[in-house]
Amino acid sequence: MIPEIFQYDFMIRAFIAGIIIGVLAPVIGTFLVVRRLSLMASTLAHISLLGVAIGLLTGVQPVLAATATSVVSAFGIEKIRTGNKIFGESVLALFLSGSLALAAVLISLSKGFNQNLFSYLFGSIATVTQTDLYLIAGLASAIIITIILIYKELFLVSFDEELARVNGVPANTINMALIIMAAITVSLAMQVVGSLLIGALMVIPVITAIKIGKSFRQILFYSVGISVVSVIAGLFLSYYFDLASGGTIVLITILFFISASVFKK
Amino acid sequence: MPIKCKTKNTGENDKESSNIIEVRDLSFRFGGENVLENISFNIKEGDYLGIVGPNGAGKTTLLKILLGLIKPEKGTVKLFGKNIGKIINRSDIGYVAQKSAQTASEFPATVEEIVASGRTARAGLFKKFNKEDREKIEKAMEITEIHDLRRKLVSELSGGQKQRVFIARALAAEPKILFLDEPTVAVDVALSEKFYELLNKLNKTFGITILFVSHDLDVIAREVSSVLCLKRTLVCHGSPKDFMNKDNLEKLYGPKYKIIVHDRHDS
Repeated sequence: MIPEIFQYDFMIRAFIAGIIIGVLAPVIGTFLVVRRLSLMASTLAHISLLGVAIGLLTGVQPVLAATATSVVSAFGIEKIRTGNKIFGESVLALFLSGSLALAAVLISLSKGFNQNLFSYLFGSIATVTQTDLYLIAGLASAIIITIILIYKELFLVSFDEELARVNGVPANTINMALIIMAAITVSLAMQVVGSLLIGALMVIPVITAIKIGKSFRQILFYSVGISVVSVIAGLFLSYYFDLASGGTIVLITILFFISASVFKK
Repeated sequence: MPIKCKTKNTGENDKESSNIIEVRDLSFRFGGENVLENISFNIKEGDYLGIVGPNGAGKTTLLKILLGLIKPEKGTVKLFGKNIGKIINRSDIGYVAQKSAQTASEFPATVEEIVASGRTARAGLFKKFNKEDREKIEKAMEITEIHDLRRKLVSELSGGQKQRVFIARALAAEPKILFLDEPTVAVDVALSEKFYELLNKLNKTFGITILFVSHDLDVIAREVSSVLCLKRTLVCHGSPKDFMNKDNLEKLYGPKYKIIVHDRHDS
């Protein structure tokens, strides 16, 4: 007997998309968190929202427009960040608020898609189409394969960029690869948890895993576990209690974080 | 500028083949100030060299130029006989930075993971560590006696243990030359003794050329086989005995230096 929830194709798609994002988000998130770039996730999320606005305005598929916009901006952020022209993380604040401002202006230019935009802000996992699913699965596999291939370089650059440079590891390229993968992840995750909450899914499972993990590898796996369980539980709860799925998922990750903090003490 | 102490090698008469580092007329300016001026010296393979000088003498700048992290403005720097920008096998260079221990206290990784990361460049892009890589990583942990700590998070270690982890990380790449910047800043005296024993072993037993920056003259006088003293220009380059004379110390630290020496021995 199939439970009621799985009798609907849209819910099956929601679960598949959710689990893929649930794996992807904390993996990228781990490398951002240990480099103290947690804010990067939220920044890219706001930029992808600008991409959605551009997409809705020009008729380009919003997720594609979001991916393109955030990847292009990712280049810009990385150039400015490594150029050391702006103090620390403030470059992220610049892009975060700048893109949101531009998105707001674009939205006001063309009235009528506010309802649509709302689903990108907070996610609407039930509206994931078959095409969306192919896009998510394809790009997510590409990212996971890339991470496996450059895992040791990512680790060294995250831990000691200077040594990486001394030893001739292409640190700039690795950095660029990471931020582009982050940009794609954020755009893909928009439908699942919404652009306002994707930062949470990339960061909270990771900081929870850091509390209990005994090695970097363990932290990676724990964060994926926490994230996937949160997504699945969140989808069930949101379905049966008619709650917003993105918010429910993130609240469950926070529950994990609190439990880990209490348990650790 | 005249160099008062007997210089060990000024460059002109050396056989090029045994020089692991050759620096000619190196100058570097930063923010309109001369940080380094007309510096020339050679380092031979197997040397154990200390770089000393007062704060702001350009020690770290020189180190970063030798490491290829910043470009020299004038002059040439050769490592392994090749211009610094053109060295192909950069994993021959080991490096332990001053801030390593500090970043480690926050980064969530085990001793083994950190040591293995030193092997990254040697193993090659897109490649997983093979059997040989694994063996070298093991050996690096054995030499530095941190084998028992391998499963521990680096953040759980003491300052001295962390220092060993970073040496091990450098050794995992089988470097020909090891650069260290103020390696014992975060370590107490008893531990730093052990630490210098280790460096000595690496130099004598394993034949690794060692070059370290320090502000600690006691250590320099005791440990190294040659000293390079720096105060924007090269004040002297010779044996520690030649270096530890009043003229040189005054030139480096000013006439009040003597008092500092006494303080050190009293405590």
